[in-house]
Amino acid sequence: MENAEKSYGRDQVIQIINSVVSKVESTDKQETANSILSDLNALKAIIDEARTEIGSTRPKDINDKHIPTATDELDAVVEATAEASGTIMDSCDVIQEQTSKMDSEAARAIDEAVIKIFEACSFQDITGQRINKVVTTLKTIDEKVSAMLEVLSESLHVKHTETGEEEEIPPEKKLLNGPQLPENAITQSDIDKLLESF
Amino acid sequence: MAVDKAMNVLIVDDYNTMLRIIKNLLKQIGFNNVDEATDGSMALDMTKHKNYGLIISDWNMEPMTGIDFLKELRGSSSPNKDAPFIMITAESKTENVIEAKKSGVSNYIVKPFDAATLKSKMASVIGEF
Repeated sequence: MENAEKSYGRDQVIQIINSVVSKVESTDKQETANSILSDLNALKAIIDEARTEIGSTRPKDINDKHIPTATDELDAVVEATAEASGTIMDSCDVIQEQTSKMDSEAARAIDEAVIKIFEACSFQDITGQRINKVVTTLKTIDEKVSAMLEVLSESLHVKHTETGEEEEIPPEKKLLNGPQLPENAITQSDIDKLLESF
Repeated sequence: MAVDKAMNVLIVDDYNTMLRIIKNLLKQIGFNNVDEATDGSMALDMTKHKNYGLIISDWNMEPMTGIDFLKELRGSSSPNKDAPFIMITAESKTENVIEAKKSGVSNYIVKPFDAATLKSKMASVIGEF
């Protein structure tokens, strides 16, 4: 239903423009001027309504909150997997150092398994590259939305303020069950110290 | 001619994880003289000062990519200008492989890869070992 109304709105704009063009070409000047004014007012009302609708969807939040949050989260994923891979490989180095001192079938089997672990750690590089692609795509969307907002900026700002709606609370602020970004988090030892201070 | 496992090998990748993996795999097959670079320009600079029997490079790096490093190296007067060069990449598009081949790559490995693949590709460019 909503889509049908929007479609009708676009048709209406085209219809009004066509009407204006045909009236400009007509002969009676005063009557034409009044009619054109009326049509232009109708057109303005439709455009204002469209801007209000766009403004009420808070498109600026896409640039200000959603995309920065998404890219920060993805960057944190890359950092966390790199750190975890490093820890795994550090442990593998220790195992290899120990098995190099042994001379047994078991040591060789362990070495082979350790090599498999090293090979598997390449997931970090591959997932990192894929995530970087997603980040690039998000930044492109960010730029497109910025360009769109620049075109509509003034009216959107007014309508946004006029709505008087309460600030939308990001989902992560409503829940406490998700990992924080490293720069926003405090360490366990910080928490321990904090608790000890009570 | 027997392969000298004491040869210098240069590995190039912007991900520390991959550098460690490749270095470890090389160590497992007996190549211990391994230098590391994190992008093409750093690698290119290193090839001016030391002889390498093998270069293994990632493609996707910044600021200088692996393919640009390969082209620069092949077009240079560096003592390593004809060094065996294995390109590694996660994106295996036909046009990439063709471009690398035309630029003088010796072999091409797609990520993820295992020790056996690395060994066989190395053997194809430096000889059996």
